Amino acid sequence: MIDPGKAVKQSTEKPAPPVAAAPKLLAGVIFGLAFGFLLQKGGVGKFNILIGQLLLQDWTVAKIMLTAIIVGMIGVFTLHHFAKVNLHLKPTRIGSNIIGGLLFGAGFALMGYCPGTAAAALGQGSWDALFGFAGLVVGSWIFAEFSATLKKTVEKWGDLGKVLLPDLLHVPRGVFVVIFAVLLTVGLFVLERAFPR
Amino acid sequence: MNRLRVVGRVTACAPVLRTCRDGAHGVTRPTWRFMGRTQHQIAFLLGCLAFLPTHTAFAAGNAVNSLDYPGPAWSPYIVGAGIGVLSWLTFYFSDKPIGASSFYAQVSGFIGKLFARRHTESLAYFKDKPPQVGWEFVFVLSTIVGGAIAALTGGEFVNEWLPPMWIDRFGDSIALRAGVAFGGGALMAFGARLAGGCTSGHGISGTMQLNVASWISVICFFIGGVAVAMTLFNL
Repeated sequence: MIDPGKAVKQSTEKPAPPVAAAPKLLAGVIFGLAFGFLLQKGGVGKFNILIGQLLLQDWTVAKIMLTAIIVGMIGVFTLHHFAKVNLHLKPTRIGSNIIGGLLFGAGFALMGYCPGTAAAALGQGSWDALFGFAGLVVGSWIFAEFSATLKKTVEKWGDLGKVLLPDLLHVPRGVFVVIFAVLLTVGLFVLERAFPR
Repeated sequence: MNRLRVVGRVTACAPVLRTCRDGAHGVTRPTWRFMGRTQHQIAFLLGCLAFLPTHTAFAAGNAVNSLDYPGPAWSPYIVGAGIGVLSWLTFYFSDKPIGASSFYAQVSGFIGKLFARRHTESLAYFKDKPPQVGWEFVFVLSTIVGGAIAALTGGEFVNEWLPPMWIDRFGDSIALRAGVAFGGGALMAFGARLAGGCTSGHGISGTMQLNVASWISVICFFIGGVAVAMTLFNL
């Protein structure tokens, strides 16, 4: 198994240009179309399904997310094992993950769509997502205004760097993926029995 | 500066995936040095945030049940598996995880540059991540189109300014919905940037990579979301 972190390749790339290369953009367009299509078909562009999850009435969102996690995890770690893909890990910063996460959740409940599903909602003609779009842009700007301060304060609290669950528990990655996939699948069966929708 | 370098490396990796592999994405082992102090800070902040729902309880109306409204067109397991497979493809072909929230930050960066170029470029966030019409940008734009195709082919194009469940709970004022959705969006984007991702970037792409940051974040998304939604819809 490949163990990232043993060797670090130093990049000599210049900063990204304002517009990326055409083949890269084309791939983004195709994958985006598929993503939006799946989100809408899954019903997660619908206000009542998203809010229903937060009210613990409608479990569609959890079912979609858990299935995506199981399928994605098995594939990505298999591809990674054979060195076909890179992992893309964001650093674990306990302070900002918790505070940011709670603020995000509060905003999610108010808006009723999250950043990805808002795009699918707009596509299906739920025009109220446009107000959310405006809010998302403004909120991003507010974050940017405070980014220097936040970097020196909140983002330093509990900074563990890039770390995976198996590393934290000192379990080999492959073993963890298999056990976790089984546990999540069992969880899904229980969820389906308890909440048919 | 760090983030900028990561972006550069990712670009460098795309064409020569097999030769640079993991080397480009170093994973550090956890250090527990800050834990003692951090736990106190976390406890304090969680305590403060527990008051948040009480402030958002401003409206009252009839109790509604989300199951009375239209459900999904397809099985969530088919859709979930589809998104999982889509992740394999984005990782393999584009060297990118699925993510949505950075799109909005890039739009805000473009607008900022239009009105105050120097100020925008001086902000720490945009120094790390200069706004770019890149993969993430077109990905979210075409997500809108993908949603439209799915809705039109499935006879689910709704063409409405207010969701029916919202009307049944809060009435038919578009201004109220606009204000709440705008405020919620702003709060959500701020939270996403602080946490490092949204329900796509952390909730799906990060959790499937077993990233500790993502599991903490997604649990907090739902704690915050359930607390506020329960207050809004059940009180």
